[in-house]
Amino acid sequence: MAREYIWEVPVRVTHWVNVISILALSITGLYIGDPYAQGADEHSMLMGKMRFFHFIFAYIFIASLIVRVYWWFVGNKYARLDQFIPLSGERWKNLIDTALFYGFMKKDLPHSPGHTGLAGFTYFFLILLFVLEIITGFALYSQSHEGGAIWTLLGGWMLPVLGVGMVRFIHHVIMWLIAVFVIIHVYISVHNNIIEKNSLVMSIFNGYKNFQDRQHH
Amino acid sequence: MKEESLFESLLRRGVSRRDFMKFCTSMAATLALPTAFSAQIAEALEKKQKPYVVWLELSDCAGDSEAILRASRPTIGQLVLDVISLEYHETIMAPSGHSAEKSLQDVVKNHKGKYIAIVEGAIPLKDGGIYCTVGGRTALEIAKEVCGNAMATLAVGSCASFGGVAAAKPNPTQCVGVKEALPSATVVNLPGCPVNPENVTATVVHFLTFGALPALDKNHRPLFAYGKRIHDNCERRPHFDAGQFVKKWGDEGHRLGWCLYEVGCKGPQAYMNCPTIRYNEGTSWPVMAGHPCFACAMPQSWDALGPIYSRLPNVPGASYQATADKVGVAVVGAAAAGVAAHAIIRASTSKGKQEDK
Repeated sequence: MAREYIWEVPVRVTHWVNVISILALSITGLYIGDPYAQGADEHSMLMGKMRFFHFIFAYIFIASLIVRVYWWFVGNKYARLDQFIPLSGERWKNLIDTALFYGFMKKDLPHSPGHTGLAGFTYFFLILLFVLEIITGFALYSQSHEGGAIWTLLGGWMLPVLGVGMVRFIHHVIMWLIAVFVIIHVYISVHNNIIEKNSLVMSIFNGYKNFQDRQHH
Repeated sequence: MKEESLFESLLRRGVSRRDFMKFCTSMAATLALPTAFSAQIAEALEKKQKPYVVWLELSDCAGDSEAILRASRPTIGQLVLDVISLEYHETIMAPSGHSAEKSLQDVVKNHKGKYIAIVEGAIPLKDGGIYCTVGGRTALEIAKEVCGNAMATLAVGSCASFGGVAAAKPNPTQCVGVKEALPSATVVNLPGCPVNPENVTATVVHFLTFGALPALDKNHRPLFAYGKRIHDNCERRPHFDAGQFVKKWGDEGHRLGWCLYEVGCKGPQAYMNCPTIRYNEGTSWPVMAGHPCFACAMPQSWDALGPIYSRLPNVPGASYQATADKVGVAVVGAAAAGVAAHAIIRASTSKGKQEDK
């Protein structure tokens, strides 16, 4: 059995910052979109606080995303951009084999010390969704700062193009897509951890994965 | 014959100097000018001749005319007879038929480049514009002539400004606003459903006082009236921040005057001075009356901002009441069911695998 250091500190920290931000953004965002509780009294500032924390966590989330994207270019080989966009035939094969394994059409998960090809490519699209969520978020935020050049640049430009309703619609839909991702992501992490016995779940805490000697059937 | 100034005609009509100064001060306030400007406005109105105005009604419901007829400062009498010389207005003028059309032609000919054109209603473009004709001429033809020769055009109401409800999907007559139909015309958009007469009067007064149109935003709307967000000046804003929302019509929150956000208020998307100026002599405005704002003064308010009574648009193409959030919950449920099914299949097959060994 081999133990290998896979996830560096910035990868793990941004992962958990993302978890906390997405959770906080979803709870506050759902309230802003459709308030599910009434303020206790006229001084409660419930919506005010929800919006405050939504914006705070939005900036924390953006900072985390910037660090993680930077790490695409300077991190170890498991953190690099080529783990996210499959360019080599080997990564594509890994992606397809992984998908076939999940679909019960292949017996074994291909050996992937870092992300599987499927996971990496999924995270790439996830990050695109994050970016779209951030841009639509700034677009909606720009309404409080009508005419502000920076808000117009960051997202406000799309309001007259798509209409406010559609921008809000997209902002909601992406949250639900991220929720779907989280369910599948957590399931597959536990699933692979059980099947591969590679301490996959622990690896996002301590950075280390174990690799069993692979049995040949 | 020397034509009398506005102030002279007001005096003749029994308006006191005190009332006149009050009017000037209220106009300064509407224009977001310091009170010192009320003297300058008074001076301009005392000296200047009444501007010639023609009023065109195109594809509309006459709601803006209705609003103007209920103008408080000045009253209809003052407005029609004194502040402006309304030479032509289909709904309220006495002449009809050829004599009415002649008075329009007279203004266009005799006061070319000096009169103000007020347009109410959208302009249909489809099939050569035949869906709105007056005296046998299409709205587009009339607008081209009247607005093209005017000193400036005030597009009053949302239809004249951006097409409004006449241009809402599917827009069968291909209605557009005046500026879109006549890109070269000098147009001030005064949207609203209906337009607030205070803003029309203030725009005219600004023009008389400073000899120039007021500063406009990117949608050609005067900043004095459309520069501030309704949400930020709303009297119910504290209830928004406090999380106190009307959930349905007539509930306790509605009776207590809480925020209308959850029943679809578009105040956060709307830029207009309704909360400060209000309608009908400052009596009320939709949110004050307990109805959500639907951002009538915004371009494409019918198509782009979502349903009037909900914040979130329905899923495009879905014929039922499917919001993104309802579908989202269903999709998340499906994902959870999917992984559960996967786990069951995996557990049963790996058990089989172990038995093989």
